[in-house]
Amino acid sequence: MSMTLAEKIIAKHAGRNSVQPGEFVEAKVDICLGNDITAPLAIEQFEKLGFGKVFDAERICLVPDHFTPSKDIKSAQQVASLRQFVQKYGIKHWWEIGRAGVEHSLLPEQGVVLPGDLIIGADSHTCTYGAIGAFAVGIGSTDLAACFGTGKVWLKVPPTIRVIYEGAPQTWVGGKDYILALLGQLGVDGALYKVLEFGGSAVRNLPVSGRFTMCNMTIEAGAKTGIIEPDGVAVKFVEVSAERPYEIQHGDSDAAFESTIKIDVSGLEPQVALPYLPSNVKPISQVSNIVVDQVFIGSCTNGSLDDLRVAAKILDGRKVHPAVRLIVIPTTPTVYVNAIKEGLIEKFVKAGAAIGPCTCGPCLGGHMGVLARGERACATSNRNFVGRMGHPESEVYLTNPAVAAATAIAGKIVHPEEIVGKVS
Amino acid sequence: MAVELLKGKVHKYGDNVDTDVIIPARYLNITDRRELGSHCLEDLDKNFVKKVVSGDFIVAGKNFGSGSSREQAVIAIKEAGVAAVIAVSFARIFFRNAINIGLPIIECQDAAVAIADGDRVEIDLSRGIIKDVTRKKHWQAQPFPEFLRKLIDAGGLLNYVRSNRQVR
Repeated sequence: MSMTLAEKIIAKHAGRNSVQPGEFVEAKVDICLGNDITAPLAIEQFEKLGFGKVFDAERICLVPDHFTPSKDIKSAQQVASLRQFVQKYGIKHWWEIGRAGVEHSLLPEQGVVLPGDLIIGADSHTCTYGAIGAFAVGIGSTDLAACFGTGKVWLKVPPTIRVIYEGAPQTWVGGKDYILALLGQLGVDGALYKVLEFGGSAVRNLPVSGRFTMCNMTIEAGAKTGIIEPDGVAVKFVEVSAERPYEIQHGDSDAAFESTIKIDVSGLEPQVALPYLPSNVKPISQVSNIVVDQVFIGSCTNGSLDDLRVAAKILDGRKVHPAVRLIVIPTTPTVYVNAIKEGLIEKFVKAGAAIGPCTCGPCLGGHMGVLARGERACATSNRNFVGRMGHPESEVYLTNPAVAAATAIAGKIVHPEEIVGKVS
Repeated sequence: MAVELLKGKVHKYGDNVDTDVIIPARYLNITDRRELGSHCLEDLDKNFVKKVVSGDFIVAGKNFGSGSSREQAVIAIKEAGVAAVIAVSFARIFFRNAINIGLPIIECQDAAVAIADGDRVEIDLSRGIIKDVTRKKHWQAQPFPEFLRKLIDAGGLLNYVRSNRQVR
């Protein structure tokens, strides 16, 4: 029976020849992960189970990235509980602060998550790994606890919506704009319980970083995950650091999709998601006079080396607007070091930016850039819900890194061309 | 099996109630369950914890519990005393978390639309019947699929895993 890429991976991990949307299966998990705010609860639940040992100490990942370096005593206790668990059960994939980074950037970079894997993570943006052809879903702490013991997860097989992107994008338009444009069409529940599979020449022409950005925000349409057929670009990325053998899966050419959406990116402008939903999207030409107090470039959505390079191109030799705080956070220590080597960090600091340690920090209003009442931010992250980055009466506008950098200079949301002129 | 009949007052909200407003990130360093409950829905309705009485219900629109996977959202709702949530639809991670740790949730569009804030409602969980006593109307929710029924009957995921392990 023909299957989509997602169905193929699920069937293989459920020990089945085939699966169909709507079926419930119990599937074997290749990698499970939690962070400093979701894993403490999972650890507490796991200890209640009384298993005494974990299913496989090499397949559990714990990443302290949300409130780290610990912002207060309570957060420090949470990280301490992770550390204790790691020691007690000999967990292999643990990164101490300084070696840790934003989990969804760190794990692919370190070759821990691989094509064909079935991955569960107690973090909604676990869907990011679909960019390299894994089936990766966000789950809760209790799911993670059960997986610590059994190495399994229950899943309802989701139908797949295929989204085909064609055309050549304008300068300063990339993966973030592709996914925001789709969110604008679908709404925040338009893909509820479903998989969004991305394809088409515009996606194939994206670097892996842009593909991660796209899959990362599929949860913002309610999707179970996003996924992209692994191609040469993905394999080249994975081969650098893959820490174990993996088996690439491909969807059947005659697989049944629930529906197909086509998007032509050639006329696409940079997109902006206005408060308070990631689907509240407008092209930048329709967003005028949005003065901002803070700009954040970072997060599991847009904090990669490619993203920092784009931002640096615009910030190079320019100054952040006097009334704006620019916060730049490289997602992982490797991204950080490369950003130093390439001179990007120097450009940011000279422009007037504050550089943070590798953390999720401001994206979820945790620390390192929390908003006051009435303040407004432009952020390259993924959510602009009420109170997401701080005070419930603050606002977040989501954009790509080029727009964020241009906005930091202009003091209001602008097209990068308004800062650097037209690039032919 | 005894018929479990829940009775309570309704607190009604709209679409896309996300987990950031159910329990804002500034409280995610809290591990005490009761304390999490004291901040339930704080960024959506500051007065919710003052109004809610143990046994009350939340009724909401589509995509309830969207966004972050934080299970603390389900814990906060339970600890605030909410006996069940009725919605047009639930976001999938919230749905899992609720099933896994035993917060009764019911997807029923007609009921979720018709029931108004402050209505007295009775829910027969085992039969999926929702009765609006104030409006003298009732609805039958779709039953859960068999697999989820097993999880619910086992008393949540941990109990299910525990009992399966004994069988093996």
